[in-house]
Amino acid sequence: MQFSENWLRQFVNPAIDSEALSHELTMTGLEVEEMAPVAASFSKVVVGEIVSAEKHPDADRLQVCRVNVGLAEPLQIVCGAPNARAGLKAPCAMVGAVLPGFAIKQAKVRGVESFGMMCSAKELGLSEESSGLLELPQESVVGEDIRRLLDLDDRLFTLKLTPNRSDCLSVLGIARDVAALTGAVLRLPEIKPAEVRHDEVKAVVVQQTSSCPRYTGRLIRGVNAAATTPAWMVRRLERSGLRSISAIVDVTNYVLLEMGQPLHAFDAAKLQGGIVVRNAQPKEKIALLNDQTVELDSDMLVIADQSGAIALAGIMGGAATAVTDATADIFLESAFFTPAAIAGRARRLGFSTDSSYRFERGVDFAATREALERATDLIVQICGGSAGAVTEQLAALPQRQPVTLRLSRLTGVLGIALDEAVVADLFGRLGFAFKTASGSFEVTPPSYRFDIAIEEDLIEEVARLHGYDNIPATPPQAALRMLESPETMLDRALLKDALAARGYQEIVTYSFVDESWERDLLGNVNPIPLKNPIASDMSVMRSGLWGGLLDTLVYNLNRKQDRLRLFEVGAAYGVCDGGFTETLRISGLAYGNVMPEQWGVEARDVDFFDVKADVDLLTGGQAQYEAIAHPALHPGQSARVSLHGKPVGFIGKLHPKWQQHYQLPRGVILFELDVAPLLSRQLVQYAEVGKFPPVRRDLAVLVDENVSLQALMDTMNATAIPLVNHIELFDIYRGKGIPEGKKSLAFLVLMKDTQKTLTDVEADEVMVKLLDSIVLAHHAELRK
Amino acid sequence: MVNMTVQNMEHIISEATQDFGACETIQDLEQAKARYLGKSGLLTEQLKGLGKLSAEERPAAGAAINVVKQGVEEALRQRREAILHAEQARQLESESIDVTMPARNHGKGGLHPVTMTLNRLEQIFHSIGFAVAEGPEIETDFYNFTALNIPEDHPARAMHDTFYIDDKHVLRTHTSPVQVHYMQNALKDESGPPLKIIAPGRVYRVDSDATHSPMFHQVEGLWVDEDISFANLKGVVQDFLQRFFEREDLEVRFRPSFFPFTEPSAEMDMSWNGGWLEIGGCGMVHPEVFRHVGIDSEKYRGFAFGLGVERLTMLRYGVNDLRLFFNNDMRFLQQFG
Repeated sequence: MQFSENWLRQFVNPAIDSEALSHELTMTGLEVEEMAPVAASFSKVVVGEIVSAEKHPDADRLQVCRVNVGLAEPLQIVCGAPNARAGLKAPCAMVGAVLPGFAIKQAKVRGVESFGMMCSAKELGLSEESSGLLELPQESVVGEDIRRLLDLDDRLFTLKLTPNRSDCLSVLGIARDVAALTGAVLRLPEIKPAEVRHDEVKAVVVQQTSSCPRYTGRLIRGVNAAATTPAWMVRRLERSGLRSISAIVDVTNYVLLEMGQPLHAFDAAKLQGGIVVRNAQPKEKIALLNDQTVELDSDMLVIADQSGAIALAGIMGGAATAVTDATADIFLESAFFTPAAIAGRARRLGFSTDSSYRFERGVDFAATREALERATDLIVQICGGSAGAVTEQLAALPQRQPVTLRLSRLTGVLGIALDEAVVADLFGRLGFAFKTASGSFEVTPPSYRFDIAIEEDLIEEVARLHGYDNIPATPPQAALRMLESPETMLDRALLKDALAARGYQEIVTYSFVDESWERDLLGNVNPIPLKNPIASDMSVMRSGLWGGLLDTLVYNLNRKQDRLRLFEVGAAYGVCDGGFTETLRISGLAYGNVMPEQWGVEARDVDFFDVKADVDLLTGGQAQYEAIAHPALHPGQSARVSLHGKPVGFIGKLHPKWQQHYQLPRGVILFELDVAPLLSRQLVQYAEVGKFPPVRRDLAVLVDENVSLQALMDTMNATAIPLVNHIELFDIYRGKGIPEGKKSLAFLVLMKDTQKTLTDVEADEVMVKLLDSIVLAHHAELRK
Repeated sequence: MVNMTVQNMEHIISEATQDFGACETIQDLEQAKARYLGKSGLLTEQLKGLGKLSAEERPAAGAAINVVKQGVEEALRQRREAILHAEQARQLESESIDVTMPARNHGKGGLHPVTMTLNRLEQIFHSIGFAVAEGPEIETDFYNFTALNIPEDHPARAMHDTFYIDDKHVLRTHTSPVQVHYMQNALKDESGPPLKIIAPGRVYRVDSDATHSPMFHQVEGLWVDEDISFANLKGVVQDFLQRFFEREDLEVRFRPSFFPFTEPSAEMDMSWNGGWLEIGGCGMVHPEVFRHVGIDSEKYRGFAFGLGVERLTMLRYGVNDLRLFFNNDMRFLQQFG
């Protein structure tokens, strides 16, 4: 809501300056988003009339004017404006005037004395561009200060109104709140019923009385629709952000801004029969004033005549019955449409109007007829014409139920105690009718307030007017109880810290991604689409995080980075049983040298096993790996990661075809794990430390290339020999001395007995059993 | 072979000392040692000569030879020590490094600045007993709007610029739905009220320009108890902001506003560089929200607030462009390691 300060001050004029007024408005809940003067400051600029204009003797484009500014003698002023001509009234900056950016002095222009300057709108700082002198109306009084003539000592206030305060969608409404806040007197415009000068009336039938409980209208005959809108009205409209269109439309807009009541004027000659207020019929269409033809839904309220819908009630008029310059008779409508009948309808059609914006939030149903009278008065003043009698259809208007406020509740909610007298004063200033009874108020909200229905609404009103600043900031008092702190549940932050300590940088990427990432990288051909994506490459919800990581990799490679470790923690979205699932994942990417380029380490590319160490860290070294195929990954370098027998994610090298697709010069290692399983840990239970030293034996075997280490380990572990503590691979060898298609693996085996020192014989027996197990299961051969 | 006195043999000690002194290595020294103490060394020869002496002469001569032998051995010991010391010094010298050379570099990682803010936020609220709660990002229309007293066609819905998944599901436009989930669950498992949570997370709005991101982070706070007031809300928010920015003189201004799920509602402004900066919204939990979850609003009251995490991060670290948080440029992110 934008308006002129001077307009507001006409209704209420508290003794505070603009800055203070702005602060008061903001602190009472009507946030001032912007406050700006309508014109830059300048002085000594008056209305000047060019008495004569003659060509400059020495310059083709200049004229020597004699300008009457109300002094005894006209001033001689040299002027270069193309529209300077005898008889024109325009702003004249006199010697000594200070304009935005420069001062006016007596000067010689090409040898001719000049005592001032005729001004354009641009030179006065009133517009960005202008093509000549600002032409003033002929009735302007010569010598009058331009600032007073054009009402330039004014400021534009722009309010950011919250949807509950529909009562402040008018200058009058704001004035009412300012009066309540400051105690200044509210001076309302005097509205008298227009003199009825003909007896023609339009029949009005309201079928949908629940949507339109009040409808008023009247015929005004013999108007001059082509009349010029007075300058003061144009100015106020413009300062509220509305363009002047034509006198009648301007009046309806003016009353809308002044009183908050949307009005509509129909060209009476174009109406066929009486007015009917009804719901739209199935598939009914209407051509609107904005040149749009829309098909209506049956819950949309229309104004109709015999021809069909002629206006979308409370939203916009129809083109067929619009007022034009040729219009002679008008039918002026002022009605109350309920918020429920209007809300959401305009949005469904893809627009919003000043009218729908107000009706869907609530318009004062007690002022319907006053607004009609106010508009009639202004139309007759400006366009002439004679007003007929008002037709009014009245049904059940909204009831304002009394709301009870208990002072005890007020104190409890706000945390401060307010006297009954203080609260009574606040309600009085707001114009709320109320009764008091021991410790409580019964308040009946006024017709213009649509936001007072429960006790809290009144508490908020009291708090707002009393001032939030006057409520202290007090620490709460509560019973102290400690928070749960489960040791078997790790804090998620630890996972992030662990990766950061390993050189990974955390990133945050969008949850909605390019559909191709889902399809190509994750094999997800049915991702969850957004109905209204902001861009085509942000159109589906991701089911994994690799797309964002790769995108970030490319972004940074393009900025001359050549080694990256990235990770992100975020949800992966899926569908399950007709609902949606969200799984928190931790996902990482490694690219480039295993370590940054440096003096003490030989450079090599990061590989699967480097990153596997990071995954082991996140999984507490408990993860199992199993070769699997994954659409994003190299078929020979990809694994499913499982924890305690349950799959939790993947690790692998980006498939060379995607590496090529993303134009990455080097390989990429990726991993992604579910977060939840990583956070649960076993509570430690102490096991006895053996008194006897462990015995180490080594075992070197030859196996086929396709036998996985995991298979061998599983087999040996399955022997479950109690003396065996630990088995670990410590070397792998291929090449000289090893047959093609075979590999040599060397294990170390640690054994101990908690009760005695192991003998060589016992240890040898264990090694034989281990060897036998893998000979049998995997055709391993002992390497000599 | 006469006069085998110490005086007559002292020259042997000085010769040996000189001899040993000329040795630079332990090996040379061993060879020099042999010339005096070896099988056919000078002193060994002298000892062998004792047999030729008379029984009366022998003890004195033997004692004299021993004195000289001890002198030679002492000279040998000293020289050996000196050589070892010199060798060790050479070894250490050869092993010395340039300690100003850079350390072996494993690469620098770090947390995203939004995570840093969330970590601090959680810590600070944790210090007065707030637990952390979470909720889904794909929300039902009910939780995101209806349960928060934003019925269909309410003008407040238009302010939210919502991403829709289908007719019933949206990407949550705020973290406030977590309030509703949490209160419902607490009632179900009888863990509250009283309730005290913060709920950080991603939220989404159809808006993208220099100062708006379609995805950003909010943190929701909720405290429900029997005697919670608007004054307490002011107290907690002000306390938090002063702790977060580590500025005791930081002022917080509350001004009336409107959210369908709180009443009274307020916008929170923070004093910053001589002006006021909007930092979030808050208010007392609306009775209609309590009604939706089944909490008796006559018995319990609560406050809720929502803060913009990126906003806090920008102010805390002097970041001047919201878009930096989601470009993931390493030159930006690595400043926060």
